[in-house]
Amino acid sequence: MKDLKLRITQNIGPILALILFLILYVFYSSLHPRGFTSDLFVQNSNEALTLILLGMAQTLPVLLGGIDLSVGPLMTLVNSLASHLVSGSAVEIVAGMIACLVVGALGGLLNGLIVVYGRLQPIVVTLATGAVFSGIALFLRPTPGGTVDPDLNWVATNALAELPATYGWWPNGSPAWFQFIQGIPMPIIILVVIVLVVWIPFRRSETGRACYAVGSNEGAAYMSGVKIERAKLAAYTLGGLFAGLAGLYFAIQTGSGNADPIQAGTYTLNSIAAVVIGGTSLFGGAGGVIGTIFGVAVLRSITFCFRVVDSDSAIGFLANPLLQPMFEGLILLLAVSIGAAGIFRMKNRLSIFR
Amino acid sequence: MANTSLSAVVRSIDKPLLFAGAFIIAILVVGSVYTMVTAGTLTLLSPTYLLLQLKVASFLGIVACGMMLVVLLGHIDLSVPWTMAASAMIAAAVGGPWAMPIGLGVGLLIGIVNGIGVAYLRVPSMIFTLGVNVVLRGLMVMLTGGFSPSSQPTDLMLFLSKNDVLGVPNPVIIWALVCFAVAFMLKRTPLGRYIYAIGNRESAVYLSGINTRLVLVASFALCSMLAALAGMLLAGYSSKAFQAMGDPYLLPAIAAVVIGGTNILGGSGKLSGTVVGTILIVLLQSVLSVMQMPEAGRQIIYGVVIIAMLLAYGRGGRLRL
Repeated sequence: MKDLKLRITQNIGPILALILFLILYVFYSSLHPRGFTSDLFVQNSNEALTLILLGMAQTLPVLLGGIDLSVGPLMTLVNSLASHLVSGSAVEIVAGMIACLVVGALGGLLNGLIVVYGRLQPIVVTLATGAVFSGIALFLRPTPGGTVDPDLNWVATNALAELPATYGWWPNGSPAWFQFIQGIPMPIIILVVIVLVVWIPFRRSETGRACYAVGSNEGAAYMSGVKIERAKLAAYTLGGLFAGLAGLYFAIQTGSGNADPIQAGTYTLNSIAAVVIGGTSLFGGAGGVIGTIFGVAVLRSITFCFRVVDSDSAIGFLANPLLQPMFEGLILLLAVSIGAAGIFRMKNRLSIFR
Repeated sequence: MANTSLSAVVRSIDKPLLFAGAFIIAILVVGSVYTMVTAGTLTLLSPTYLLLQLKVASFLGIVACGMMLVVLLGHIDLSVPWTMAASAMIAAAVGGPWAMPIGLGVGLLIGIVNGIGVAYLRVPSMIFTLGVNVVLRGLMVMLTGGFSPSSQPTDLMLFLSKNDVLGVPNPVIIWALVCFAVAFMLKRTPLGRYIYAIGNRESAVYLSGINTRLVLVASFALCSMLAALAGMLLAGYSSKAFQAMGDPYLLPAIAAVVIGGTNILGGSGKLSGTVVGTILIVLLQSVLSVMQMPEAGRQIIYGVVIIAMLLAYGRGGRLRL
């Protein structure tokens, strides 16, 4: 019982984000003209997955107490690259996807190397590498375009049922067990696989724990013999890999490449907002990728909610798409200000200075 | 003897200024060689070109002065772009003699909101000012969505940004005045000392009996007011106040501040460095476009230059306990 209480207090950020998301999403799907359907869930998870992956990419540097302003540009770089590589025969597609992820991880590693061995602050390093990534992306894809394998696009953006149907695995009808899960959206499955295969093992590894140690107190971590440099390099590389996944999924979803630097900037800022709403501390050392997933879910469901508001009703101005960014901003401000309420409960005024 | 005094002089010039100054000269030399080879002229060294660059740089320079105050505290202001746009758009919508005071007032208000969020609620400045930026964008969309207010700059804004005095463009004069005022404030007034001190250790300043929260609010207010001023001048310069007019100024302003040797964690940095950093960035972009470098190449060079400059003199200490 005590254990449960401790776990709840430790994970209060992600839990609050999850509750907020559930409230918003129930509200949204009850107002939606056709109600909650598998199709609706597929569509919504499609719209969320790119930002979720990018938020995951942002989470790792933030856990270290840093920040990564280059996740958006790195995503567009991989997106542009994917629009060249991910098409053709099955082997070419797989090789292209692997190349995209390798480029993403290398971009993250570059950030890590400059931060660790150049001893520069992450915010300025990633500001500069972000410009470099944007430049390379523009070089690869001066105007939006390119192609991505349409079958892949179809499979990755639909319910699971389309996976065997598209590739003709079971010409005699799908087995019984598959009937139960075939309505699950593919983006959700991709996300779960990434979390189970990449994040959970990393979180439980020595390096993963070292990242949290470095984030909460680098000096103490150093004195305890934590391999600080390895932890930082691993975190930035994994962040780059997640950004690469985001870029790859974005390319598969849109079927093309786009190197727009403004779009990259918007994605970067949204990723920071999602990390904060998901309960990861910007000072480092607390939080995680799971919280960020719910953070993005909250951000996205706010947008969804405004869509279903009747534009003729009293709150019709909420339906104005141009105003949605403002409400997202207000909710972000509200969320961080509520999170700051602990300030007023502090017994020693000195402890408010970090 | 002469030798030691020379090296003392060299050492007294701080590294950021030296490196950035040398780099500016290198940019001009490379650009001039290019124009010499392609066109047979030395356009880049003509006073007209250099003055025009200073004029273009003055908008960024004023923003960077304000940004520097906040960076010296160890904070950052990401709401600068829409502070510029909001004050310029509101000033243009108001019109008449009160346009510029009201624009500055908008900046002051935004700065106070930022300051309260950072100083009293203790929200990390990066996330709070980011939120304020998004909210401002929404407010401006609301303002211009329902009806279309005037976006024409007033006569005063046009005069301050387009005319010149004795051949020196007015924005450059304003930039110089802002620099003198900020430098005086940082060097000679208690507020300036508090800013540097808070950047080093806020709790120590608090224990010295200083209301650090007020200092934070004042600095954020000054930063936003300078951004508002730059926004209104920019509106005059481009003859229109428009949405997203401030977006290209955020990252270059931060880059100018850190290239100028200001520690992004706060506590140290000189205004002269910020000025040189501003000129470096504007000149780099301009010369690269004179050399017909495509956007992709410009971005890459821009990023590489920031990293190279910082690796040369901005490295942090090794973790030693």
